[in-house]
Amino acid sequence: MPGLDEGTPLFVQIAEQLADDIVDGQLAEGTRVPSTNELAAFYRINPATAAKGINMLVDDGVLEKRRGIGMFVALGAREQLLATRRKLFAEQYVDPMVAEASRLGIDSDALVSLIRETSLSNGGKTR
Amino acid sequence: MTPTISVGELTRRYRDQAALDNVSLTVEPGTVTGLLGRNGAGKTTLLRIITGLEFPTDGVVKVFGAAPAENDAVLRRMVFVREEQSYPDFRVGHAIRVASWFYPNWNAELAQQLLADFELPLDRRMRRLSRGMRSAVGIVIGLAARAELTLFDEPYAGLDPVARQLFYDRLLADFVEHPRTIVLSTHLIDEVADLLEHVVMLDHGRVVLDAPADEIRGTGMTVSGPAIAVEEFVAGRPVWHRQRIASRASAVVPGPLDAAAQARARALRLSLEPLSLQQLLVHASGIAEEKVSA
Repeated sequence: MPGLDEGTPLFVQIAEQLADDIVDGQLAEGTRVPSTNELAAFYRINPATAAKGINMLVDDGVLEKRRGIGMFVALGAREQLLATRRKLFAEQYVDPMVAEASRLGIDSDALVSLIRETSLSNGGKTR
Repeated sequence: MTPTISVGELTRRYRDQAALDNVSLTVEPGTVTGLLGRNGAGKTTLLRIITGLEFPTDGVVKVFGAAPAENDAVLRRMVFVREEQSYPDFRVGHAIRVASWFYPNWNAELAQQLLADFELPLDRRMRRLSRGMRSAVGIVIGLAARAELTLFDEPYAGLDPVARQLFYDRLLADFVEHPRTIVLSTHLIDEVADLLEHVVMLDHGRVVLDAPADEIRGTGMTVSGPAIAVEEFVAGRPVWHRQRIASRASAVVPGPLDAAAQARARALRLSLEPLSLQQLLVHASGIAEEKVSA
């Protein structure tokens, strides 16, 4: 199966992959997203599961249904997803990183400079 | 909406052996349901009763709201593809033609396509086909019948993985275009898990699991990490299975785990992983005990 893993419910993974594409700009606002049936065929999953993933994004206001045509990326969807993800960033990335660092005896100064180096070598900006 | 299949307190005894023991379940229209269980769990007996090939010792079975046994109006709306189905010694093309007369929604175009996909020789006698090819004929009939209720009972004896994948792909593609109710009985669970909307698991003639596929993920969890932490975490919980190597251990416990338990696992540096559907089957009798004590 292309690109789906164990652990998270399938419909959540479908929603996350679509959300990733919106955040990356692969799916621009106002464009049509793949239909339930297209997703089902591609990922080899039950169409009801694909529909559940799509509906999750509809409920969040990220996708909108246009009757008879299909599902489209809502205006402002990208900004909304970015805001949600920024909020979750500390919990999902920083907390586990800090926990592992303290386990390894890396103090916070060392950790900060590590982050700065990595960010710079990946083309990130400093203040 | 009337369930496509509804079974109430169904029991089937052979002498003093209960093949089905007080089974109740419903199958909703337009879903793909997996009927899972080990050999001898009662899957085939259940399907034979649903298709009117066998009578229950006790209990009620309704298909499309009516009793299926000797009920032509009901039986014509379903197709049942059995494991190691035996056919009269027709040629393949003849067997397909006979099937086309029987099923009202038969689609000849789809049948031709599937015959080509599975590379079936139309003029070969059924008896001269390999086991896999005979299974493929059953699959062609099961799909091309486009029956409102399609039941597959371990339909792929002798089929290689490529042919099985072909079966799953064609099943899904045709289901999407022509939604219908499909029941797929199998023990190749991991292969079909993602195709299922609903799961029914049988163990020793009893239903141990009957739930939407999405909700099953947390039914059992593997907890692993340092042995001391694992023991601390599972203390006071039922444990389905334990394993230990050097200072590391893992235990399988019933789920779902609430937020507090998950936080505790994190604090103990344990990793949590939900059991796959196939792994759940391994612990089916554990699930059964859980239900009794709950």
